[in-house]
Amino acid sequence: MKTLLNVVVLLLASTLGLALGWSMLDLPVAAVRLPEQVTAQLDMSGVAHPVTAVLLNFRGYDTLLEIAVLLAALLGMLALPRHVAGRENRPVPASTMLQTLARLLVPLMVLVAGYVLWAGAYQPGGAFQAGAVLAGAGVLLHLAGLLPAWVTLGQTLRAGLAVGLLVFIAVGAAVMAQGTLLQYPPDWAGALILAIEANLTLSIGLILAGLYLVLTNSGERA
Amino acid sequence: MSAALVYALTGAALFVFGVAGLMLQPHLLRKILAFNVMGSGVFLVLVGLGQRAGIPDPVPQAMVLTGIVVAIAATALALALARQLLDLQGEMRLPEEELDKDRLDV
Repeated sequence: MKTLLNVVVLLLASTLGLALGWSMLDLPVAAVRLPEQVTAQLDMSGVAHPVTAVLLNFRGYDTLLEIAVLLAALLGMLALPRHVAGRENRPVPASTMLQTLARLLVPLMVLVAGYVLWAGAYQPGGAFQAGAVLAGAGVLLHLAGLLPAWVTLGQTLRAGLAVGLLVFIAVGAAVMAQGTLLQYPPDWAGALILAIEANLTLSIGLILAGLYLVLTNSGERA
Repeated sequence: MSAALVYALTGAALFVFGVAGLMLQPHLLRKILAFNVMGSGVFLVLVGLGQRAGIPDPVPQAMVLTGIVVAIAATALALALARQLLDLQGEMRLPEEELDKDRLDV
């Protein structure tokens, strides 16, 4: 019975795979040439890298909703009932070697995050990559026993989690006077994008680190 | 066959592996991993098909970047829910799967 199910699923999956592959080989070239359109409008976008221009300007809606989804996921995790440990919530101290390494690496990671954020204007990089580096620094600090898991979130932390989304919405609403939501005036576009991205980096770093630091706490039994 | 098409076809294969894993693996952690494999396959298809013409298309690349971050958030939430199920039931399986397993064992 179980093997029959396996065989049926594997057969259906391989049929799906063949159909997908076949349709890709048959696919005509897209009628709309998006890369040319992006290149043509790049001067108006305020940044020099096409992916950043698409993310923060041409398709800013996507990024706005993306940071909202990130925040919603963290809020969903916080809404689950958690086993707040009765014992002291400090993580197990790691070896001195790891702690020293973490102390040395984390400032460098913050520096790298700042560079990646700035580099996003003209080469691969940007808020999400920089936020991921920041989150990695947070996880490293926790694993080295230097940063406790999140049990209750203070006011400052909550503000940091929300600031990216709030600044993004504020900028979107402010430029609405010009016409449409998130359509920046070309002269201001670069500065506005940098302001949004800097705040996004902070929020993304905190949220991604929080996804780990909340979950790692919820497993500790009282 | 261009390199871009190889990426897209690899992505399709990954997607199919993910679908099969999602249906066949009863353990929730494996289901979540299979779901991530599916997602990675979709990202490869988007990026691969986007550069068939030879030049990379920034629009699918930006969408994939968005997708990766959303996938991380969804995975973390799924893990939190799975952990909750583990605390409540002592097992990382969906109740229906457990029922199926009992029936099949008899």
